[in-house]
Amino acid sequence: MKNPLFIVWLIVAAAVTFAAARLIDNSYAFFAGYVVLQYIVLATAWNILGGYTGYVNFGIPAFFAIGAYSSVVLHKLVPMPLPLMIVVGGVASGLAGLGTGYLTLRLRGTFFSIATLAMAVVMQTLITNWTFVGGSRGAYMIRPAATPYFGLDYIQYLFLIMLALSVIAVAVARAIEHSRLGYGFATIRDDELAAEASGVPTLKLKLIACTLSGGFMGMAGAPLPYYVTYLDPASAFSLSYAVNTIAMPLIGGTASWLGPVIGAILIGTLQQVATVTISSALSLLIVGLMLVGFVIMAPKGIIGWFAPKEKAGGRVP
Amino acid sequence: MTDVLLQVSGLSKRFGGFVALADIDLDVSTGERLGLIGPNGSGKSTLVNCISGTLRNETGSVRFDGRVMDALPPHQRTRLGLARGFQLPRPFHTMTLAENLRIPMLYVVEARGDTVAGGVDSRCLALLDMVGLADKAHRLPKDLTQIEMRKLELARAMAAEPKLLISDEAMAGLSHHEIDDILMLLIRLNEQGVTIIMIEHIMRAVLAFSQRLVCLVAGRKIADGDPQAVVRQDDVVQAYLGS
Repeated sequence: MKNPLFIVWLIVAAAVTFAAARLIDNSYAFFAGYVVLQYIVLATAWNILGGYTGYVNFGIPAFFAIGAYSSVVLHKLVPMPLPLMIVVGGVASGLAGLGTGYLTLRLRGTFFSIATLAMAVVMQTLITNWTFVGGSRGAYMIRPAATPYFGLDYIQYLFLIMLALSVIAVAVARAIEHSRLGYGFATIRDDELAAEASGVPTLKLKLIACTLSGGFMGMAGAPLPYYVTYLDPASAFSLSYAVNTIAMPLIGGTASWLGPVIGAILIGTLQQVATVTISSALSLLIVGLMLVGFVIMAPKGIIGWFAPKEKAGGRVP
Repeated sequence: MTDVLLQVSGLSKRFGGFVALADIDLDVSTGERLGLIGPNGSGKSTLVNCISGTLRNETGSVRFDGRVMDALPPHQRTRLGLARGFQLPRPFHTMTLAENLRIPMLYVVEARGDTVAGGVDSRCLALLDMVGLADKAHRLPKDLTQIEMRKLELARAMAAEPKLLISDEAMAGLSHHEIDDILMLLIRLNEQGVTIIMIEHIMRAVLAFSQRLVCLVAGRKIADGDPQAVVRQDDVVQAYLGS
């Protein structure tokens, strides 16, 4: 399928999703749906670096929180429409991704992962000690009661924005996958030495992947302060963001754009349902058990079940 | 044949206190078939790694096609026309054979601003056909035998349209017949104008192939010249057979 056609389909799917949520006509549907959509963006963003190039990033909360806290700063300094804040948050965390990449990409495998984990800790310490954004006390965000657009109430507006972000993230991920860049990323995942010998500028491509991945994570985080209305470092840097975001592509499958989407919808929805019906503490347990199950039964994720035998886990040209 | 394509001068490389290469000088002319021999651990692969940029040499320099390459990362050297095969084949294992060959075309030929003659897809097939793997174009490397893997490695190096090809022990572990197969391939490539450096332990192959032979022992070049003369040289015999 050509990219423009794919984007049309994505938009249709998004419109159907929004219409369905409107039909349910319960603002909790939007609250819960927002979280699932947020994880589609996060998981897709993680997969650009982790799935395509094979560099496992544990620093998700750092990028996510950079986006969230950039909105807090903007809210206090120069109030602007939320979509603009998302752009700023994305640029800020994209730059953070670029910097992290530059400092850590000479490390490989586990060493890279540990460095990103350390980065998240450093970032949390910085934010906790920055009183302008509330420090460890946290920051309150008063969100407008309604939006100027089509009389939507604010949670519907947030839902719509996150829906648009997931469409963009998925479209970008898929476009990369089928491009020269995607082939380059895959060579890095397979064998960096051979990639260089085949003319692939591995460092440059890894930096591009880091920047894109970090940028989308920040964009997913930017609306967070308006969603929770109270943001503190402990929740913005929560470990559950890292665990969920890594588990979703692994369960869905990392080789293509569809894997993170399936994983995010499946686990995100399960967690929301469990939160309402059983207990919110159960959500991480669900992820943990599913991850163990899938590692054993479907090491290539759910899409691995459906891929043609010969190309299982490979790239679909 | 007087045109110098690759010029290595005064190249040294040490790992900690161990001197892997000491003051190597080596000229390779355009169109030449050069054999590089030496006992295990004599520095052959290290020399290849320094020439192709995987390792950085401490002293000396590598000039290729009139350019000093010392500061260039490996991918830029490949783009300038220097391709290598790895001693142990390193295919991109999640990609089909055709996709494996596509990478150098996308990242070397097209990155130079050239277009691949006849289009990328048909060129991939033509290269696979040249090494006898056309029927497996859409299989994954894990389905290949050892010799097919070596051939894929060669084909991928050729997909970058190099001026100089360095083949690092492409024949180790292969049968008599398979060695002849690869030898034929390399000679055919040379006839198409590609300069080739062959690193090999199998003397029969090296002697059949090389127009000139260089011998490294313990990081030093001890012989350089006519293959038949080099293999009769006393210190070369001594390095291989002991005194």
